[in-house]
Amino acid sequence: MSKLTPTPGQTVGPFYGYALPYPKDSELVVPGSPRSMRVHGTVTDGNGDPIPDCLLEIWQADEHGVISQKTGSLKRDGYTFTGWGRAAVDDDGHFTFTTVNPGSIEEKAPFIAVVVFARGLLNKLHTRVYLPEDTEALAKDALLNSLPADRRATLIAEREEDGSLLWNIRLQGENETVFLDFS
Amino acid sequence: MRVIHEAYEQAKAADPSAEEIMPRIDFEPYRSSILRHPTKDLRHTDPETIELWSPAFGHRDVHKLESDLTIQHNGEPLGERIIVTGRILDGDGRPVRNQLVEVWQANAAGRYIHKRDQHPAPIDPNFTGVGRMLTDDNGNYRFQTIKPGPYPWKNHHNAWRPAHIHFSLFGTDFTQRMITQMYFPGDPLFALDPIYQSITDQKARDRLVATYDHNVTEHEWATGYNWDIVLSGSNRTWMEDEEDE
Repeated sequence: MSKLTPTPGQTVGPFYGYALPYPKDSELVVPGSPRSMRVHGTVTDGNGDPIPDCLLEIWQADEHGVISQKTGSLKRDGYTFTGWGRAAVDDDGHFTFTTVNPGSIEEKAPFIAVVVFARGLLNKLHTRVYLPEDTEALAKDALLNSLPADRRATLIAEREEDGSLLWNIRLQGENETVFLDFS
Repeated sequence: MRVIHEAYEQAKAADPSAEEIMPRIDFEPYRSSILRHPTKDLRHTDPETIELWSPAFGHRDVHKLESDLTIQHNGEPLGERIIVTGRILDGDGRPVRNQLVEVWQANAAGRYIHKRDQHPAPIDPNFTGVGRMLTDDNGNYRFQTIKPGPYPWKNHHNAWRPAHIHFSLFGTDFTQRMITQMYFPGDPLFALDPIYQSITDQKARDRLVATYDHNVTEHEWATGYNWDIVLSGSNRTWMEDEEDE
């Protein structure tokens, strides 16, 4: 148990434009390079409308399941895989990360950890996006197994023909994304 | 807001375990929260490997001068020069070392450099309002800036945000990632601000307010504020060398 009481979170607000986005923030690897893979989707609110002022971060292992502890996320050199990225959605609520397919760690179903920040969202939200392929590992996953089928589906991306992962985030309403609490 | 806070105080009096330490994500007086909060309970889950680590940052990412928001242009920004410093700790009291701290804020007139900020207050050509730094080996951060002004927003008639500085923080686990706002002591706008008041508990709200610190204040130069930040507890099994003080 924690001995100290945590400081409360607050909304990221609308005016983070010069503070948080930075060049190549959503490009963990160079787009179009052989190992590159696109994760993309749209963030919507309770009316199903896209949110234009949302910021996402991902954190993941590389394709071999190795967790990087290399620096350089804010100054991309085009070679170092740091495992961490940040993307602000565009005016249509759409985001794109260029990364690699995460490898399995300890034979578990691979996933990308995601944090969601937005204007109007008073505290951060954690979630995960799982790869659709390894059905055996997905079937054994503790989190996915704890969810009813329709909610489970919100955490598993669709693989598109070009190898991209399509994964939408719904903050509220029908098919509301499953968000996580670790405390 | 008064009705929500009174209901909270009653619930806490009846059952002390009802004490809330985080903002409510569905806080109706903050209009933008209505359609943007999950309606289902957050799913409790154990963090897995990747979530038990945080990204690493180093001086390749952040230059030491980025912690001074007053030297980013050719001239001095207008406003009251201030120094803000404090410690970042995890829930067990361990310092968060060499992790990225990002800050952003309005200028002294209450205006952000942002295309969506249409408040007719002057833009300061010598102030962008963005800084970055790494915590030191004791978990300390420190930056120099100017005191931000309050500004109006469209939440309700005559709505003004109290002066604040946004903070983005990482812990040792990715589960500790957080964004929050630091406020200044004694601000008359606190009682009227739905974002600050979305934290229903007064003790919890007080955790977002910095302290004026005359030991941080510098002679004939800048006033000083102190604000310590506690992240949630770490779930990681620590190695011996990481525990080493």
